[in-house]
Amino acid sequence: MDFMVFQYPMISVQACLDGILLGILFALIAYGMALQWGVMNIINIAQGDLVILGGYIAYFMYLYGIHPAWGVIVAPIIMYFVGVGLYKLVINKVVDRDLFISILATFGISILFMQLMNFAFGADVVLANSGYGTTFLFDSAVVLPNSKIFSAFISILFAICLVIYMKKSKLGRAIRATAQNARAAKILGVDTEKVYAATFGINAALCGVAGALISITFTIHPYMGLPYTIRSFMIVIVAGLGNLPGVALSGMGLGVFEEFADYILGTEFRIGAVFLLLVLILVYRRFKLSRKREYLK
Amino acid sequence: MNKNLILYAAILVFGLAAPFIFPAFKVQLSILCVLIVLALTWNIQGGEMGYNTFGNILFYGLGMYLCASVQVGMFFPLAEWTESGGEKTFVHTPTQFFQGMAVGLVVAAVVPTIVAGLIGYSILGLRGHYFAICTLGLGVAAGEISGGIEIIGAGQGFTTPPFPDVGGLESRGEFFYFLSFMAVVLTFITVKSIYSTRFKLILNAIRDNEDKAEAMGIQTMKYKIIGWMISAFFCGLAGGIMGGLVGYIDSTDVAFDGREMGVFMVLMAILGGKGTLWGPVIGATVFHIFKEGFWTFFLGWQYVALGVLIVVIVIYFPEGIMGWLREKYPERFGEVVDEADRKAQVELK
Repeated sequence: MDFMVFQYPMISVQACLDGILLGILFALIAYGMALQWGVMNIINIAQGDLVILGGYIAYFMYLYGIHPAWGVIVAPIIMYFVGVGLYKLVINKVVDRDLFISILATFGISILFMQLMNFAFGADVVLANSGYGTTFLFDSAVVLPNSKIFSAFISILFAICLVIYMKKSKLGRAIRATAQNARAAKILGVDTEKVYAATFGINAALCGVAGALISITFTIHPYMGLPYTIRSFMIVIVAGLGNLPGVALSGMGLGVFEEFADYILGTEFRIGAVFLLLVLILVYRRFKLSRKREYLK
Repeated sequence: MNKNLILYAAILVFGLAAPFIFPAFKVQLSILCVLIVLALTWNIQGGEMGYNTFGNILFYGLGMYLCASVQVGMFFPLAEWTESGGEKTFVHTPTQFFQGMAVGLVVAAVVPTIVAGLIGYSILGLRGHYFAICTLGLGVAAGEISGGIEIIGAGQGFTTPPFPDVGGLESRGEFFYFLSFMAVVLTFITVKSIYSTRFKLILNAIRDNEDKAEAMGIQTMKYKIIGWMISAFFCGLAGGIMGGLVGYIDSTDVAFDGREMGVFMVLMAILGGKGTLWGPVIGATVFHIFKEGFWTFFLGWQYVALGVLIVVIVIYFPEGIMGWLREKYPERFGEVVDEADRKAQVELK
């Protein structure tokens, strides 16, 4: 335990800013999860592994001398096809089945991806150096890498684009209609199969963007996927499906929580703290709902 | 009835004779026993109660750490033991080893049971996938946290006391085999006797429709917690045995190994057939034979194979072996089949 954070206010400011910038990234991943959860009623445990895969795409561009920031464009395009392929191979068989089946099946995919990435890219912790330098605030008391600011900015940009796309485009309307009532949408001529594939693809593309940004700002490792899944799950259940400002806010909240947990408990307990927070949130939710006698399935 | 008795006697005799028939596979057979225990206990939740948990690994890991800590801590300072990393500075005499193991196994079984009882009320109130993800989180959190605690070895692991030098080389394998075989027999008898009582019907009622069960006046929460505590008891026991068998405990790779053991128990129960008595036993056996038979051919691709296996089993084989048999030979399961009705159902499909 270390309470330096409270003795030196500037460290708190640092933690808050770091957390908010990190949280925006989490919110982007969580938005993808909310999308597929809402539309297809699937909880994708492999979400985090898609993120990491996106990160490796950016990392590889970096290795071949291309600036990793271009990964923000390339990764989603590749990941979209990965997502659609995954849907065609596995996910379409679990869409209308029991939720546990989808959890277990995507858990299997997660293990598969983890190991394949381990073979393909090695088990080292890597990062793609963007060379963006750092910004100093408050007489150098707060240090912000520019890459973090860049990634937060790009995340917001992508989120806004996606919201507009969902509102205006034909596919976006079809996706929203399917989310509301898949059967009615089918009757009215929406090809739900296509919509599902596109949704999963868009989700994977969002993961790709987030992954590319994470590879620039933080580090990636083949086995680091599951925490991202859990984080996005947590953000979605706190915010609720289809509540975009809520997703953004709870994402930032989670980011700040994590930074403080990191300072106070120590880095080795950071992931543990995230998972414990998940348990606590679910338990809190259970008591809140049971008081109302309103269990949610 | 008589036929069943002969069957059970035959299995018992075979189980007792197995280490002498296959002396080279003692460790594998012991691991198989532990896997059967885990599959049977998972089935109480996932199969009978409809609460698909990923979190039984919590009790398994807890039991593993507790058994080893008690076994060491009864005679030597625990912190120095873990610090020395299992160096031979402290040596258990045979009496100390067996005493420590006995007490350790009791603690390893009882404490997880209490833990399950304590957290049961909060956790078991969750439903469906919230429960599944929450228990997944519990298992991972336990692994991450135990990996940061110094006294049980933190990241560098915990070496369990080595088997004392009694009765030659073979005695270690035999000791652990009979220990785990006893655990299987105990678990099986318990589970079988549970399944013939009203308790099982209550669990099934919870699985089929919890709100209705509650409306019928069943205190569902009480029974859910009891069911979980029974699972925790045997999971802890299995963990304690496995810790001694492996000889080395690591927080995320051995004890709270959600990626392997935590998934294996789910997979074995589903492969054999959820919600049946024999399903988990058959599933665990088939899975273990498959795993040991083919794992070596994959050479590092085991996890890829595991991932594919999970997806294939879950998507194409969710009813498991027992479910398939039941579909094929319903008469053997005491189901009366109306041929016309069956044909009509087939046509409907």
